Amino acid sequence: MSKTRLGVALAAAVGLWSAVAGAQDTVKFASIIELSGNGAAIGTNWRDAVDMAVEEINAAGGILGKKIEIEHLDTQSNPGTSRAVLQKALDGDPYVVLGPIFSSSTRVNMALTERAGVPQIVGSEAASITQQGHPTIFRTSFGQEMGMPKLVNYLKNEIKAKKVALIWTNDEWGKGGRNTAKDLMAKAGIEVVADVSTEVQQVDFSAEVLKVVKAGADAIFAYCLEEESARFLNELRKQGYNGPLVGETTLISQKVIDLAGANANGARGHVGLTIDAPVDLLQEFGRKFEARTGRKSDHNGIKGYIAVYLAKEATERMGKFDRDGFAKALRGAVVTTKDEPGVLMDLRIDETGDVDRESFLVEVVDGKQQVVKVLPPVGDWKK
Amino acid sequence: MALRARRTLVMIEALQLLISGVSTGAIYALAAIGFVLLWQTTGTINFAQGEFVMLPSIIMLAFVLHGGLPLWVAFAVTLVVSGLLLGVAFKVLVVQPMIRHGVLPLVIATIALGIFMREGAKEFFSNEAQPFPMPVPYVVLELGGVTVTSHHLFCLAVAVVLVLALQWFLGGTRTGRSMQAVAQNAQAAEILGIDVKRMVMLTFLVNAALVTVAAILVTPVYLAKWDNGEAIGLTAFIAAIVGGFNQVRGAVLGGVLVGVLENFSAYYISTEYRTAFPLILLILVIMFRPYGLLGRPEERTV
Repeated sequence: MSKTRLGVALAAAVGLWSAVAGAQDTVKFASIIELSGNGAAIGTNWRDAVDMAVEEINAAGGILGKKIEIEHLDTQSNPGTSRAVLQKALDGDPYVVLGPIFSSSTRVNMALTERAGVPQIVGSEAASITQQGHPTIFRTSFGQEMGMPKLVNYLKNEIKAKKVALIWTNDEWGKGGRNTAKDLMAKAGIEVVADVSTEVQQVDFSAEVLKVVKAGADAIFAYCLEEESARFLNELRKQGYNGPLVGETTLISQKVIDLAGANANGARGHVGLTIDAPVDLLQEFGRKFEARTGRKSDHNGIKGYIAVYLAKEATERMGKFDRDGFAKALRGAVVTTKDEPGVLMDLRIDETGDVDRESFLVEVVDGKQQVVKVLPPVGDWKK
Repeated sequence: MALRARRTLVMIEALQLLISGVSTGAIYALAAIGFVLLWQTTGTINFAQGEFVMLPSIIMLAFVLHGGLPLWVAFAVTLVVSGLLLGVAFKVLVVQPMIRHGVLPLVIATIALGIFMREGAKEFFSNEAQPFPMPVPYVVLELGGVTVTSHHLFCLAVAVVLVLALQWFLGGTRTGRSMQAVAQNAQAAEILGIDVKRMVMLTFLVNAALVTVAAILVTPVYLAKWDNGEAIGLTAFIAAIVGGFNQVRGAVLGGVLVGVLENFSAYYISTEYRTAFPLILLILVIMFRPYGLLGRPEERTV
């Protein structure tokens, strides 16, 4: 063998060895997330928070000695695209899939992770997602079946509303929330006097707002996406409504406050996760995120951050990287911040992958989220 | 008595929807006029027209946020930038080279330009919606039970003044009549000594100014975002066809009709199908009056 050939062979062997060694030192996470389209605002927070968590974990030595290798793939806020990019990600054999946030996307792509046996930690909230029997799906935020009862109780017991006008975004998430809320209101003896759907990316809300304002309701319940919530609030204040206005996290999220300004004042919402909550770890996360991005994180950022740490916790509980054991390690488990501070609040994952923990009732006051009340978990596991 | 009160309430609601619809429709009309002007002078449809409204809004906001300019100064600067980018550069770099190959390649080029502008705005500005300052102090007025904002009134006033000024310019000035002559028959206009190239350029500049005005009116409501052009472009296109693609006043009527129809159908029929009704109107117009409500039938020699 000539010297040249020997040199080439050695170089190739060294290259191959370092590639193999590199692969052994890392573990692949795939993030399927809304980075463009109408979900870009929320997806960007998720991405940045996931990156932050990955950097922290890698800086501390990784998971069981392996550094996380994260790849973000853009769903374009489109369910079809989300399925295509998830398939592409699965071809790369990731250990775990994070995201997406849009329920309509999760609904059409979750079958792929189920088939591949890959754990998927989503930011979606539609009730149906964890009711399909997917063995390895998890949430890091409340599903509608956890959040809505708290909200309907608030409408009934605190606002004493007997008639409610409902306005919601006509997509998988919005429809799920509206159906759950409507059922719960019927059981609570609350009459729905207006039931108004709106479209994703709708800009003119004058007719819809007129409908809910003229319905003679004791309170308005708004369940729209962030940008649409901001436009709805602008129109609502323009038409002079100042009565009780409640919603879920999206109604009073930081993005909505930024977009709607003073028009968001007075809106109240049930929030599973907020950086303004009286919880040290959440506040610390908020400070770190803002220092890193120059923006305040909404709940979607927190969801993404927790998702990475939840995967870490599951793996460390198993003591190995085992996709099959992942669900067993987490389902039915209580994870406290003593076990893993990265989960930010004590939580319990139930047998379907839903998460339960304390949550907050928040009001927007002078353009800032103010926690009015801390609501206990749905289950009594904390005792 | 109760019946009279009910009737009054219905009237107030209808009036509320009408004012809101006309105000939104007036903005559609400004974008629709751009479709008509370009159709008349170059015989093409600019499918990037929605993005032509989006881009000035992003540029204006960038001047406000990063340049520290007051909104109206930013508007004046953007007017010049739009003239250069959406008027001169669009004509010289896109329309002139492509029109030689026929209308279809130009249409495809404008679709590509729209995508390019959207992605550019997303890449270089932001992929998130941004709040946009109101051009006039925001005041909510209640007139006989109808809520009107200063922004509504401002949109209406600006649109009316602009349309009247444009009609006067096209019909009452030598330059305007020359532009119309070019639109009707460029070759004959050239024989008559009209500088056709100058007139066509002027049309592009007028369109650039119109979309910049539309941007400052619509963005406080739509919020500044890279994909705003899709909705505006489609609605303005429908408005132009409904009103008549070869008449400025047709575009105005089409814009207002679409704005009002959206609101009335959402309130009285179904919010789920609010975007479907303008399309139904479009189909009806194409079936029964293919040249639009105020358009003129175009004769073609074979």
